Amino acid sequence: MGPISHSINFLEELQKSVGLFAPETALTVTFLLAIVADLIFRRSRNVTGFIALLGFIATGALLMSNSSTSAFAFNSTYAIDPFANFFKLLILITSYLIVVISFFSAELYHGNRKLGEYYTLIIGMTFGMFILCSSTNLIMIYIGIEAMSLCSYVLSGYTKEIRRSSEASLKYVIYGAVSSGIMIYGISLIYGLTGHLGLAEINHSLNVANLDHITLLVSGMMIIAGFAYKISAVPFHFWTPDVYEGAPVTITAFLSVASKAAGFAALIRFFKVVFAAVPAQGSIPDATWNMLGSIDWRIVIAILSVLTMTLGNLVALKQTNVKRLLAYSSIAHAGYMLMGVTVMSEIGVQSVLVYLVAYMFMNLGAFYVVMQYANLIGSEELEDYTGIGYRAPVLGICMVIFLVSLLGFPSTVGFIGKLYIFSAVLSFAGKNGQNFYWLAIMGVINSAISAYFYIKIVRNMFVRGAEFDKEKFKLSPESLVVALIIVIPTLYFGLFPGAVIRWAETSLKILVGN
Amino acid sequence: MLPIVPLGYYLGLSAIIFIIGSIGVMTRRSAIIIFMSIELMLNSVNLAFVSFSSFLGDTTGQIFVFFIMSVAAAESAVGLAIIIALFRNKQTIYVDEVNLMRW
Repeated sequence: MGPISHSINFLEELQKSVGLFAPETALTVTFLLAIVADLIFRRSRNVTGFIALLGFIATGALLMSNSSTSAFAFNSTYAIDPFANFFKLLILITSYLIVVISFFSAELYHGNRKLGEYYTLIIGMTFGMFILCSSTNLIMIYIGIEAMSLCSYVLSGYTKEIRRSSEASLKYVIYGAVSSGIMIYGISLIYGLTGHLGLAEINHSLNVANLDHITLLVSGMMIIAGFAYKISAVPFHFWTPDVYEGAPVTITAFLSVASKAAGFAALIRFFKVVFAAVPAQGSIPDATWNMLGSIDWRIVIAILSVLTMTLGNLVALKQTNVKRLLAYSSIAHAGYMLMGVTVMSEIGVQSVLVYLVAYMFMNLGAFYVVMQYANLIGSEELEDYTGIGYRAPVLGICMVIFLVSLLGFPSTVGFIGKLYIFSAVLSFAGKNGQNFYWLAIMGVINSAISAYFYIKIVRNMFVRGAEFDKEKFKLSPESLVVALIIVIPTLYFGLFPGAVIRWAETSLKILVGN
Repeated sequence: MLPIVPLGYYLGLSAIIFIIGSIGVMTRRSAIIIFMSIELMLNSVNLAFVSFSSFLGDTTGQIFVFFIMSVAAAESAVGLAIIIALFRNKQTIYVDEVNLMRW
């Protein structure tokens, strides 16, 4: 093969890759259009938002059109598979809802703040998350994490005249930079051990050579630290409460759903591709992944999961600010999802996917109601919520539904998520009779603890202060429609979860290697 | 001919710089010095990548270094902008004086 045919092959490969990369390209074009439109329509504050919505629809159409493709792009650094597609759609729905919700935010539209960059950066952040979902190379994973983080640092400090906001942003950027520093140190160690940065090649080296266990453990832990920071798992959660409290509510909701989902996508892909043994050619792959090497990564993740949900729930008990309370609750939910990752099997991954869909609706909904209340009463303190349920009844009832769903009450989508997670954990039976019953028991105890603080919000809204006959709030019909758009799936998928479960089931295929 | 410096020396130096950087992040009060310490951590990673890359005879490590350098530049640009926004609000860049929120 001469140099000419070689370069023709390269061009063909590149052409194919660019075709597979179409959804991301659509996002990039939207990003550029938004910047230009912001320069042209200087008076309008919403035009970039509408461009973002249109761009997201186009991206979604492109994603749907190649939903069943499984192929590598860009010299095997980027995998387009149903698993990545699931996460991309989930992130896209979240971004769409966040842009819609942002139109109603009094906090953002305060004064004559320009919002062109705000919507543009949301598009940029979505792009970073897309990269993170698909990358099969440690360089790409790093780029994805950074593209997403850099946008989110700016977004969390967007309301910069509010002190809390710029403080949150500073804390976020410092913790973020340190954690990505730790992560790339781990990557450099794993590169030194195996000589590769592609996940599949690293897996191959782990398979053929007997590598130094201590170094592998240290570098693996350092890389997990980077992911754990993104999903805000204990002990890498320090930024979460401060940033969630200080950032604009819309961004808090975005961080708590989309960037967590992207972190889980990268974490699951990392474990599946790097540490799981590739089944021999022609054999039926095992439902439970056989892990390479002598390090039991399941125990590592299980410990992380128990710490995360216990600390999240216990600290949430004594919070007085609703945003901060929901921040700790989101830490606890990351713990529940890590239970599903612990199992490291097809069922485990499916349960995480189902849980993420549930979590998206209920968490976005809860933050949406918090935002509407902040618009009405100008406060996010639990004390100020007294009797608010009677003053805005529709929103109040929606909030109750979201909270009982977060709690995992039957007939809501949160219950379906928890059910799948617990049954995945209980169904696990490893070698030497290893099981995770203790993990499931910890999960149940934690769900019981969480009932206290979710019900505390409901009590403040409806039971206390009911005797006051304050006048009712007037809400625009559009804002109630948005609340209903989020609340209907929360109830519908709680009663008829079939569609979500089938979607998760068809999205389990993770491309492993050549 | 000069003897080749063994890989362990490079890695040792990289580990020492990384530790100095992380101690700096944990103990310093000024946000700007914290950012300088973060740069130290990132550069120690660069050193590790370059030395691995040279000893393995593989260039991907050096490509990673380019990405780390450009991302670090972007990160410090964003970081300094945030420090300025904070300074306008509070007239301080000392992180221990920036504590409206406590758990």
